[in-house]
Amino acid sequence: MCLAVPGKILNISGEDLVRSGTVTFGGINKQVSLAYVPEANVGDYVIVHVGFAISVVDEKEAMQTFEYLKQMGELGELEQSS
Amino acid sequence: MKYVDEYRDRAAAQRYARAIARLTTKPWALMEVCGGQTHSIVKYGIDELLPKQITLLHGPGCPVCVTPLELIDKATQIAAQPNVVFCSFGDMLRVPGSSCDLFSIKAKGGNVRIVYSPTDALQIARENPDKQVVFFAVGFETTAPANAMAVYQAHEQRVDNFSVLVSHVLVPPAIEAILSAPDNRTQAFLAAGHVCTVMGYEEYIPLAQKYHVPIVVTGFEPLDILQGIFMCVRQLENRRAEVENQYLRSVRRTGNLPAQQLVKQVFRVVPRKWRGVGEIPQSGLGLRDEYAVYDAEARFGVAAYSAEEDSECISGAVLRGVKKPQECPAFGTRCTPEHPLGATMVSNEGACAAYYRYRRFEQRVAGATRGN
Repeated sequence: MCLAVPGKILNISGEDLVRSGTVTFGGINKQVSLAYVPEANVGDYVIVHVGFAISVVDEKEAMQTFEYLKQMGELGELEQSS
Repeated sequence: MKYVDEYRDRAAAQRYARAIARLTTKPWALMEVCGGQTHSIVKYGIDELLPKQITLLHGPGCPVCVTPLELIDKATQIAAQPNVVFCSFGDMLRVPGSSCDLFSIKAKGGNVRIVYSPTDALQIARENPDKQVVFFAVGFETTAPANAMAVYQAHEQRVDNFSVLVSHVLVPPAIEAILSAPDNRTQAFLAAGHVCTVMGYEEYIPLAQKYHVPIVVTGFEPLDILQGIFMCVRQLENRRAEVENQYLRSVRRTGNLPAQQLVKQVFRVVPRKWRGVGEIPQSGLGLRDEYAVYDAEARFGVAAYSAEEDSECISGAVLRGVKKPQECPAFGTRCTPEHPLGATMVSNEGACAAYYRYRRFEQRVAGATRGN
């Protein structure tokens, strides 16, 4: 029900509460409301739920799940060697 | 980076599972709040990657599951009326009411339509000014901004033949109800990433402090969930009880402010009944007085109707994490996704349906072994 999917903004039209854009989800394009992400630009990835973008994906933070793993791996090795 | 496949990497998942195993010294019970997370956990077998000491309890986080019986009855009563177009998300159509579901109303000739977005229902209303178009506005905080927008636009554009049957619920009061119940087993929560994308996570901080439970805002892909579990277990092992954010790529501390603003403008906080749980104070959203004219319950005269729930179904105990689906005597026999007794078997995200879809054969084997 709270399913939301990341997609990339291809174009933007309109302003404020009628701001919308075409968002591509791996080749499938849909018209999506961008009213709630005024900061979003063409080329950004947005998280889309029932036709509404609810956030802009933060590219740097997106990497932290992997960075975290790397850090843990290094910590684990340190623990094992000590 | 497409932000999907990368988070399903098998080697990375196994590294997370090993890290969790290294960290765990005691038995812990964690609850994932959101039905989308339950679905991922059972589909990818994440629970089976974890050390035996860690139990995942499946929470109440599926709006389809917790919509009370009487609201389903109200929906079918409205949908059966002539000149009504009743629009809903698809997964509400098979939820059983007291005597029938929305699909059977459709089969009898009712004009019931599945829509992707509430604004699609509004468009149907614009195109059919001679019909009453009703949207079944169910959901958690994630869906509230979309439903608020549909009502707001109907008001602005005077689409007077549009109305909404509202069954909106809120996550923090449900977490508090679970934690304050005498039979509570949950020691930490994976909070729902998309609910927090809209609302932020500041309202979880007093809950973590009051009940001394770690709460980790978590995403939906396998690596998100494993990392969320790791962060929960690390807090439990270190006797910390804080709110942490795993789903950083989408969730900001204060959430989505423009979305919250429109939700506040259209809705107010009200008490709500939860299927299988009962009434929880201040746990849902209802239309504000300025928008009350768009309330389908008042427009179709069903506001006073009430109904009692079936006593055989244990979905209430499943939703609170007290029982697992296979502990129900009706599971997979008298209760299946084709003929559900309760809503946790209906929705794809319901714990019973997820177990039925991915686990029923191994459960039968386990049951047979126990029987011997």
